[in-house]
Amino acid sequence: MDNNFYNTPGNYPGMFGWIFSTDHKRIGLLYLGSIFTFFLCGMTLGLAMRLELIAPGTHFVTAQTYNALFTVHGVIMIFLFIIPGIPATLGNFMLPLQLGARDVAFPRLNLMSWWFYIAGAAIVLFSLFSGGGPPDTGWTFYVPYSVRSGTNVSVAVFGVFLLGISSTLTGLNFITTIHRLRAPGMTWFRMPLFVWSLYATAWVQLLATPVIAITLLLLIVERSFGVGFFDPAKGGDPIMFEHLFWIYSHPAVYIMILPAMGAVTEIIPVFSRRVIYGYKAIAFSSLAIALFGYLVWGHHMFTSGMSDESRMIFSLLTFLVAVPSGIKIFNWLASMYKGSIQLDSPMLFTLSFIFLFSIGGLTGLVQGALATNVHVHGTYFIVAHFHYVMFGGTVFAFFAALHYWYPKMFGRMMNEKLARVYWSFLFIGFNTLYFPMFVLGWQGMPRRYYDYLPKYHTGHLISTIGSWVLATGVLLMFFNFFRSLSRGKQAGDNPWGGATLEWQTSSPPPAENFEKIPEVTKGPYTFR
Amino acid sequence: MKHRDYIGAKLGMWLFLFTEILLFGGLFLLYAVYRSVYSREFHLAALGLSTTLGAINTIVLLTSSLTMALSIAVLRQGNKNASIACQAITIVLGLAFLVNKYFEWSGHIHEGIYPDSPALLSRSHGEILFYGLYYVMTGLHGIHVIIGMVAIAIMASLTYRGAVSAENFNKLENTGLYWHLVDVIWIYLFPLFYLIT
Repeated sequence: MDNNFYNTPGNYPGMFGWIFSTDHKRIGLLYLGSIFTFFLCGMTLGLAMRLELIAPGTHFVTAQTYNALFTVHGVIMIFLFIIPGIPATLGNFMLPLQLGARDVAFPRLNLMSWWFYIAGAAIVLFSLFSGGGPPDTGWTFYVPYSVRSGTNVSVAVFGVFLLGISSTLTGLNFITTIHRLRAPGMTWFRMPLFVWSLYATAWVQLLATPVIAITLLLLIVERSFGVGFFDPAKGGDPIMFEHLFWIYSHPAVYIMILPAMGAVTEIIPVFSRRVIYGYKAIAFSSLAIALFGYLVWGHHMFTSGMSDESRMIFSLLTFLVAVPSGIKIFNWLASMYKGSIQLDSPMLFTLSFIFLFSIGGLTGLVQGALATNVHVHGTYFIVAHFHYVMFGGTVFAFFAALHYWYPKMFGRMMNEKLARVYWSFLFIGFNTLYFPMFVLGWQGMPRRYYDYLPKYHTGHLISTIGSWVLATGVLLMFFNFFRSLSRGKQAGDNPWGGATLEWQTSSPPPAENFEKIPEVTKGPYTFR
Repeated sequence: MKHRDYIGAKLGMWLFLFTEILLFGGLFLLYAVYRSVYSREFHLAALGLSTTLGAINTIVLLTSSLTMALSIAVLRQGNKNASIACQAITIVLGLAFLVNKYFEWSGHIHEGIYPDSPALLSRSHGEILFYGLYYVMTGLHGIHVIIGMVAIAIMASLTYRGAVSAENFNKLENTGLYWHLVDVIWIYLFPLFYLIT
């Protein structure tokens, strides 16, 4: 029990033992602390936006402040929270454990990635309080406005560029780790499916992120030197910026959702006491989603100006992504069929994930279809859709995985009774907050407006009330999280009865992960 | 306990090179689109570039790739000093490339041709974009040359101290891969800007 990585001194004392540690577990927890902080920042900005929208008219913030609010909310939630969300935190912690390795392939590079992340985050935060003030372009930084805006766009964009390097290097590290450091006997098809999803994610991180890197650099160059790549007056084309932006930013959606899908794939068999149904189908569907994810960026630009042929092809490809996603959903359901389902908190969050993600996914098809897209594009419908996918999907899965792996990370259990209470706050609050947005969007409420016509009042009011319920749930969860660090009951090595390798070592694991590298003789979900 | 994973380090380096290719890929994409839109103006604008200077730089950079490869080959045969000499020559050739580039750029700037300059803006759209791409792509490439030179300088000092040796030449080899990538990107930039007239 005492031989765990918290008690193993590193090369440096105190704080430095964390921020200069190359132990993947410590780095994972560094990321966890960082993204919790930014999640709370982003949530506060979101609450402020909802408060402004409680009734028609100007109440608490000016239009310009509102523009900054939704921009910074987006930048923080996407680049600082949800992209590193699962892979850099739980992925970092669990990947070597699940593979039966002592660390990732490049531990020092892993630490450097965190430093790139923190540097990028610091620069993004610096941009809010210096120069022309916080950027007001929306997180998409679309030209021509982002070139003309007098706000601190260049600094913020440079911060995001550094965050991109961090993400790329994490992907590079994970691919090499999965290729080189699997325990003896762990063949590709004996890997846990969370590892498969991280593998697919890592390729996307590696091959898509450099494109946003160059796009953001070009934006800075454009602002500094006026080269004219995106300026029609000099022969350039603003649509090219949108293309380059979405060539990364659509695959990035899969950086966000694939690890979440992987995490729930770990939880479902354990809490149904059943072997996962369709192991290979789930593994390959992760790769298929990653692959198709590259080819559908145009569906963000259906109303931006594209030929009908390209729009139809992009629409078709978009529908194809639904196939591997559907394969996953049905395999999860089939895995639960006739299982002995235990509704502990990880499973509760997982089931909510499936429900909310299905709504998010199906409303995605509404936008993938050209005819309907033209009507709902740029409305609250899309705001509702991506919050259902990202929050209802990724974040609920992240919470599920947090509850599932908490005992492994900290050696203690979270309070289960309290977990049920805040689960209901989160689930009810989430739907109250975001479901009315589908209706508002369908009625024509445009996104990113700080004011609206009186006919949208009811929907906005319900939504704002939902935001308070949701925030209460989040705060209760954080309360439980931090309280259980000292007050939770001892967990033991394998409280849930999992069969993957991380449960075979002690909780929390020793610094070298395993006393002896395990020999793998069976699949990851063989419970008997 | 320190263990070395030769294949793992190589794999990681190749993955990194993929990201570099994609980084430049965004610019090659812009080039492809604007070249197809303004093909006549691109031909016209390329007349302003000196093929001789470009060709000299191509020869310089190709030679530097040769000396880089030689530095690894002689190190593996155990000839440490020859390896350091080859690395030094590589750095000098990199420097020669940059000096040449400097004179080329300053020549254009002297004529008033640089991004957002009145002289450039008075020309056609295609020419504005051609020179925009020229400055940004060769500029980004130049930054990569500088990074490569710094990396080789570090390798030379590691070789001198024995941390890079005939048994452990992994880092030098990966640095070489990076240098060759920088070279290969130039091999594409050269025809796209200098030879399309």
